[in-house]
Amino acid sequence: MGFLAPLLSTETSLSVAHVLAGGLVLVSFMMLYQDRLSSVINVLALHSAVLGFAVGWQAIIQNAPELYITAGLALGFKAIVIPLALHRMVEKLGIHRQVEAVGGISLTMLAGIGLVALSMVVMLRTAAHADALAREDVALALSVILLGMLMMVTRRNAVSQIAGFMSLENGLILAAAGAQGMPLVVEISVAFSILIAFIVIGVFLFRIRERFDTVDSTTLDAFRGEMQ
Amino acid sequence: MTPVILFCALAWFALGGIGMLWGRRDVTRVVVYGGTLAVAGIALLAAFFQLGLGDAPVPTLVLPLGLPWLGMNFHLDDLAAVFLIITNLGAAAASLYAIGYGRHEHEPWRILPFYPVFIAAMNLVIVAADAYDFLVFWELMSLASWALVMAHHNQQETRRAGVTYLLMADAGTLALLLAFGLLAGAHGHYDFAAMQAAHPSPAVGAVVMVLVLIGAGSKAGLVPLHVWLPRAHPAAPSQVSALMSGVMTKVAIYAFIRIVFDLAGPVAWWWGLVVLIAGGVTAVLGVLYALMEDDIKTILAYSTIENVGLIFVGLGLALAFKADGMVVAAALALTAALFHALNHMLFKSTLFFGAGAIQHATGTRDLSKLGGLIRRMQISAVPMLIAAMAIAALPPLNGFASEWLLLQAILLSPALPQFGLKLAVPAVGALVALSAAFAAACFVRFFGIAYLGRPRSGAAAAAHETDVFSRGAMIGLAALCIAAGVLPGLVVDLLAPVTQSLLGAHVPSQRGLSWLTIIPVSASRSSYDPLLIFIFIAVSGSLAALALHRFGSRVIRRAPFWGCGFRGLEEASAPDRAIGTQYSPSGLAQPIRRVFASVVFRARDDVVFRARDDEMMPASGRPVPTSFVSRWIDPAWGLFYTPMVALIGQIADRANRLQFLSIRRYLGFVFAALVALLAWNALWG
Amino acid sequence: MGLIVPLFLQFAQMALVLAAAPLLTGFVRVLKARLQRRAGPPLLQMYRDIAKLTVKDVIVATDSSWLFRTAPYLIFATTWVAAALVPSFGTNMLFSWSGDLIVIVALLGTARFFQMLAALDIGTAFGGIGVSREAMFASLAEPAMLMIVFTVALVAGSSQLSDISNFMHSGAAGLRLSLALGLVALVIVAIAETGRFPVDNPATHLELTMVHEAMVLEYSGRHLALIELAHALKLLLYISLIACIFAPLGIAPPGAALPALVLGLVTYGVKLAAGAILLAGFETTIAKMRVFRVPNFVGAALMLALLGTLLLFVSATL
Repeated sequence: MGFLAPLLSTETSLSVAHVLAGGLVLVSFMMLYQDRLSSVINVLALHSAVLGFAVGWQAIIQNAPELYITAGLALGFKAIVIPLALHRMVEKLGIHRQVEAVGGISLTMLAGIGLVALSMVVMLRTAAHADALAREDVALALSVILLGMLMMVTRRNAVSQIAGFMSLENGLILAAAGAQGMPLVVEISVAFSILIAFIVIGVFLFRIRERFDTVDSTTLDAFRGEMQ
Repeated sequence: MTPVILFCALAWFALGGIGMLWGRRDVTRVVVYGGTLAVAGIALLAAFFQLGLGDAPVPTLVLPLGLPWLGMNFHLDDLAAVFLIITNLGAAAASLYAIGYGRHEHEPWRILPFYPVFIAAMNLVIVAADAYDFLVFWELMSLASWALVMAHHNQQETRRAGVTYLLMADAGTLALLLAFGLLAGAHGHYDFAAMQAAHPSPAVGAVVMVLVLIGAGSKAGLVPLHVWLPRAHPAAPSQVSALMSGVMTKVAIYAFIRIVFDLAGPVAWWWGLVVLIAGGVTAVLGVLYALMEDDIKTILAYSTIENVGLIFVGLGLALAFKADGMVVAAALALTAALFHALNHMLFKSTLFFGAGAIQHATGTRDLSKLGGLIRRMQISAVPMLIAAMAIAALPPLNGFASEWLLLQAILLSPALPQFGLKLAVPAVGALVALSAAFAAACFVRFFGIAYLGRPRSGAAAAAHETDVFSRGAMIGLAALCIAAGVLPGLVVDLLAPVTQSLLGAHVPSQRGLSWLTIIPVSASRSSYDPLLIFIFIAVSGSLAALALHRFGSRVIRRAPFWGCGFRGLEEASAPDRAIGTQYSPSGLAQPIRRVFASVVFRARDDVVFRARDDEMMPASGRPVPTSFVSRWIDPAWGLFYTPMVALIGQIADRANRLQFLSIRRYLGFVFAALVALLAWNALWG
Repeated sequence: MGLIVPLFLQFAQMALVLAAAPLLTGFVRVLKARLQRRAGPPLLQMYRDIAKLTVKDVIVATDSSWLFRTAPYLIFATTWVAAALVPSFGTNMLFSWSGDLIVIVALLGTARFFQMLAALDIGTAFGGIGVSREAMFASLAEPAMLMIVFTVALVAGSSQLSDISNFMHSGAAGLRLSLALGLVALVIVAIAETGRFPVDNPATHLELTMVHEAMVLEYSGRHLALIELAHALKLLLYISLIACIFAPLGIAPPGAALPALVLGLVTYGVKLAAGAILLAGFETTIAKMRVFRVPNFVGAALMLALLGTLLLFVSATL
């Protein structure tokens, strides 16, 4: 679809990229808001889908065919396969109706706003020489990464932590796709590392479950001597 | 016009003397309050006259009193004139109210001597033009109001309030004293004109700003310096509560504006940031406290804290704009702050008058014992409703007009270059919006529980209307609330000379705009026409009423309400109607308390069962007396004051050891101090 | 064009919103009924209800005061004025400058203030329950709405709704993250403020779930008619608001000729219908929330709108 590129003015194409990146931040906030595991997974699927579109758009405007592969990976694998697998896993564990006690959703979102503001300020101040749109794109990607970390920190359940981790990784890919000329090798290695992490965590989850009859990761603290 | 104010002050002092000499006679009350009213009227006219004079320079009046080389300097410029208007309008209304309300005072000789002196002191603070005068009258204002707070000193709570107030007032004065000391510099130029000419260095200016924020902020009620305010303001008689909340906080704001905008030299951008954050936090916390409180006068005192917060947000924005050279925007923010100061005096005085009337009519200030007063106090309920609407920032009344100007100023602030401000201003904007929404809920609760519904106690059922003077004062101020709300352009124009002299710019003149619209920046950005909105609401409401009564039914039938069958039970079981199925004030605030206050205030609701010896849930079918306990704490005490008290205690313990030394050691200390001072002088002098 | 035509257009708009509001509410009810495979009320049922209510006697509670009887007129008047200030088929109506978006929000706040007072006036537990919940929702929804106002006003450089609409129509705004955040927040606020699922159930009469209904429980006759009408106007207002800011397509520019006005009218009808369809679909697929989950829902709107405003403060292009 590279033939589309000449038809679009640079301004429009860049602002579409911008909105897609912003949409990813919005979906990250949606994820922070959810307190049911199944909806967290659904939002994760949406997150990956938006990432797929964002990367696909980058492929069009940068005329970079290798990015189509990344977009395809995101759309097919992370937006469909992994969420489905997670849903099955959650059903098998019997925790699909579980409501997580998140300590104050509004407070978490407030912290999220702080993080977005922080990344904006850091990016807009430090890289003053680069052009505005590019800086904001990087800032948005950084926001997605920080929000993913926030998700991992504030959640107890291992499945939500996976979701947070994957959204963090989506932020990384967004940053990489925005930077022109990112080698495919890096892409694929990132994708594979995620896959491996996913498998490891999946196996790990079942092991936790077998041993402790729960996937609440605070239970593990007892084995580090943190809880008496 | 300065001499007029001084003569007024003399008259007030004389009235205070009359109150002291003949305080036990009933006629003295009429003489003192009536005289205060008349003098306040004269001072009000003088202030208006001064504002109308325009740009003509005003000479500073020097009296050969006070410090020998300094004299007493008085100066009445536009800023002082505006605050004189606020002060004397409030004082006149409070005096009119007190002519009637003061009749119920048991010990009038504890109030009459101090009341006129308090008003005189506030006037003199505003016209003072040197640091010595300013501090003397500031302290006089504090002490007079402290004496008025202590009028009912036989109550334990009042005594506690008095001690807290005295401590905080003196801490505030100390901060102001240090600020003036820094501004006066090494050569001790204590008159304001010299301070203006001196241009202090940025470091000195910064320290002065912080000190003034503490000194004036503690008088105005900025969080966390507010702790005395909700104790002291309600403890005083209601006309004094109205003066303290409506007027004295404004004098504190005058002090802040005078020193920071006028004397402290060039403004740094972070001053705005500090003031903005202090104001925003104060606004939200103040109104949250008010929402949880059950005592009507304490609710009003906490709401004063909220409004002071809003005014400080306006001042902070003005400082930020001023630092970045955006003078027109700064003028808009300052106008909003001054307008809100005037408005707050108008509606808060009315509300305190009404609270006093309720207290006298029912003998209680507890919201949970009131109800249905709109039928017993038919006339005074109307100004109370108007004031409640105004403070809840509803159009087309005055509270909304000033908040609208404040929001317009916030909308201009993305142009501020500093990232600290860029992040803080939207957050503070959200805090302002939150506090406005809370204020609406708070005054629905206040008015709805006290005046509407059915009485919650026998006393409320037997309440009576207040006297004609009190009603006159309330109706007068409420009418001004409507006038300032519907014609805000007039007030904005009145404030223009102040911003012109302080910032060198003013909001565009609103005179001559069609339909008395207000356009703060330009017509393409925003405009608001409360008069037209008011007419629209009146016309469409009346049209609906006319049409319905013409074409529909006009019949009104009365019937008991539907209460799921509880009504009969209630009437049978409660002759004094104390038990009710109506919502209690704490029940009404419960959702908000649970959502917003469970973290900051650690608000907890408990149901306590008075079973025989344990407090467990009783077995089913066994009725047990039960009570509902709602607890919350003021975090300012735990975070701020308790550690401070502990620290002072420690230091005092250390210092205590000095008491038991030998003479030789004392001499040694004196000697060491002398040598150290000499060395200092030799090295750096 | 003289003064006659703008004056006529202004009054036409006021009449239009008043006439269309019950139709819109009726349309949503019909759609919901169809989606739930019920027969549902006829499309024009709400007009009949109002006509019937106006001729019935009013019964007021023994203990209620004059405020209870005055409040419906004030609620209706403020809501109507607010609805008339929102551009419907054309912008820059004759009196559109008399209030900006902040004023519209505050006018709705006035209506709510009287609604809550009237509910407390009868002295029942129902009134209290409705007021306490409404106060909690409003204390989040109103700030959220103000932050949305900030967002769109900063993008358009004006808080005047007609100017915002014209600016959005001109396409100069482009695609912006802050506007997307504002849209999501505005939809949530609109749902909360009009008492729809999942915040409130517009058809319930169950004590545990009532919010708006609990407040108006004691109203009858012409008073109830006014309150129902005001409620319908509020729904219309929010859909018009979303339409004129985020979908200004086809709206008649200032001083437009007849064809443009007709086009504006037709597109306005289409937008209202689209809004109704989306609302009915959304309401059918979702369950009502527990009362203490609503603060999270509306709080999310506040956070998103705050983020939108914050982004605009930090960077003018976001």
